[in-house]
Amino acid sequence: MSDQTRATDGVTGSRSRILADLHQVWRMRVFEEKVRDLRLAGDAVGSIHLGIGQEAVAVGTAELIGPDDALFATYRGHSWALACGVPPAALFAEVLGRATGTNGGRGGSAHLSAPAHRFFGENSIVGAGAPIAVGAALAGRFDGSGRVAITVFGDGAMNQGAVHEAMNFAAAMNLPVVFVCENNTWSELTPIDEMVRDPHLHRRAAAYGIPGERIDGNDPAIVRDRLGAAVRRAREGGGPTLVEAMTARLVGHYIGDAEQYRRPGELDEARRLEPTVRLAAQLRAAGAPDAEIERAEHDARAETEQAAAEALAAPLADPATAKDHLYV
Amino acid sequence: MSETTSISETPSATTTPATTTSQLTYGQAVNAALRRCLAELPDTLLYGEDVAKPGGVFGVTRGLRREFGERVFDTPISESAILGSAVGAAMLGRRPIVEIMWVDFSLVAFDQIVNQLANVHYVSRGQLRAPVVIRTQQGSAPGACAQHSQSLEAFFLHVPGLRVCMPWTAQDAYDLLVAAVYSDDPTIVIENRTLYNAAKQDVVLGGPVQQPGGLRVRREGSDATVVTWGAFTARALEAAAALAEQGVSLEVLELPWLNPFPTDEVIERVRRTGRLAVLHEANVTGGFGAEVVARVAGAGVPLRSPALRLGLPDTRVPAAPSLVAELLPGSDRIAASLRQWVLGP
Ligand SMILES: Cc1ncc(C[n+]2csc(CCOP(=O)(O)OP(=O)(O)O)c2C)c(N)n1
Repeated sequence: MSDQTRATDGVTGSRSRILADLHQVWRMRVFEEKVRDLRLAGDAVGSIHLGIGQEAVAVGTAELIGPDDALFATYRGHSWALACGVPPAALFAEVLGRATGTNGGRGGSAHLSAPAHRFFGENSIVGAGAPIAVGAALAGRFDGSGRVAITVFGDGAMNQGAVHEAMNFAAAMNLPVVFVCENNTWSELTPIDEMVRDPHLHRRAAAYGIPGERIDGNDPAIVRDRLGAAVRRAREGGGPTLVEAMTARLVGHYIGDAEQYRRPGELDEARRLEPTVRLAAQLRAAGAPDAEIERAEHDARAETEQAAAEALAAPLADPATAKDHLYV
Repeated sequence: MSETTSISETPSATTTPATTTSQLTYGQAVNAALRRCLAELPDTLLYGEDVAKPGGVFGVTRGLRREFGERVFDTPISESAILGSAVGAAMLGRRPIVEIMWVDFSLVAFDQIVNQLANVHYVSRGQLRAPVVIRTQQGSAPGACAQHSQSLEAFFLHVPGLRVCMPWTAQDAYDLLVAAVYSDDPTIVIENRTLYNAAKQDVVLGGPVQQPGGLRVRREGSDATVVTWGAFTARALEAAAALAEQGVSLEVLELPWLNPFPTDEVIERVRRTGRLAVLHEANVTGGFGAEVVARVAGAGVPLRSPALRLGLPDTRVPAAPSLVAELLPGSDRIAASLRQWVLGP
């Protein structure tokens, strides 16, 4: 990561700010741990993709998303939905196929959405969210909102034609889109460095004539700082930016992935650099007592357990509604 | 340029090879077919996302990279380039077998299938061939989202120039894939992920290469002919078994090949029973079942009951199992529909 922005010193926030970030990271972390438990217990079914380890990107982005903005995520989107303010109980309910889910069971873990919360949805087609985000920005040009669209996708998605077309389209039209590539170095079971000639993916921005940079994606403060600059530029008419946030997924591509492809020592290193460890160390250095650090996790767990219980108590999606909403 | 540059020889099914019988899952049968083709046909290439070093997301291509080296390789997540490169490599004498992990992902690169692959032989007046095999899988599985649940065979069947098959048994998973790779026509082999790890079956390996086409009479019966394909064949057979106990005798025809389609044989069989039902997992409108009904009707076959089409109602596919169960007919609902259709209310 030699060319990664070294912004840590300048952007580390106050103790209360770090604490708030840690709490948000834990909310996402324990949400997904609970999803994993529910999946293993059979309460949830099907392929579920967790972003455990990658939460800092979503936490750092959360407060940059303005009231008229729109966010587009992938199947690995639970944390992004939480970052947009979607209530955890509604997310759990969706994952569990309940009537009270964000989509009443139509979306499931991999295709859920909550537009009232600016979360325009997950997408299970790699790269498909990027051009749609361009359209959200385009609409903003005509509706007077000044909307910034943020689209999040993985490193592997950079090799999808739709993403290339979206970046050039947004660049050519000078549209306010922030392209966030969460580079966890794996695309399912295949490493990105074997699927591209230059693994510094942000450098592709130069070809579109837009700014691009690689950042440390495991620290919410850095993400907030660098993505904040991109969002501001977009809002002020400066057009799109590509931000490559380096991070790691600490779990399989999907629940049940045997992860035989991992490189030796890879996960040990990732666990040293992951956001909860990182933020706890910052808090300790800032003089926070252990009890304060532990409370961030504890509070998140209590809130999450309650949300899960609420979702589990809700009725299954009603079969009588299965055909509703096909047409307006 | 040597005259052999653009067209490879049609591989001939060699002398009767030694056969063996193994207990294999459907997924292992696909693996065995790929191994055989890679061994027998040096022009073959096998590639796609996660297929080589990881051995495929469903483990179906496991071990082939080790055995065949660089003819088996992983690709970027670039379906247009996967399919387009297969077209180009095939024009220049290779025999690519490419994987599109889910049929739903073929849609991001449909141009390469419809505008490119299907036109190569015809527009070149036969000067070029495109012996490409696209392996993919489709269908509903518990919890899968709307973008991972579709049954899209009718899209491909609407494209003249493409061959399409949908194996259901482990034996057909083997035989159809071998036939597809040996064929010089572009062929889509649509597998089903819920079958990959199903119970092992006896599979005869190494038999003569079959020609594309044919049908499987899975059950004899006299009251009606049920035409079906893919994983839904199991539901048709369960329904037929249940109805046999209630005195309704159904003939079940499985069509492992949908193009070429054995129209005459199907017509002959429907003529004998006097009733035709089609059943598929794809939604009803524009499904290939409609084409089967049209062919039989067009042949003037007298029917004792109006032809019946069963499948997914025309809707998107939700993720929640409680919603899917309402939409996708199980064998009970299929049996009830067939019973009422044959016997009246
Ligand atoms: C068009 C398309 N091709 C293939 C897939 C199958 N698939 C799902 S996730 C994935 C890997 C994506 O990797 P990356 O973009 O790095 O994101 P990550 O999963 O690491 O978050 C693939 C190949 C798909 N969903 N859509």
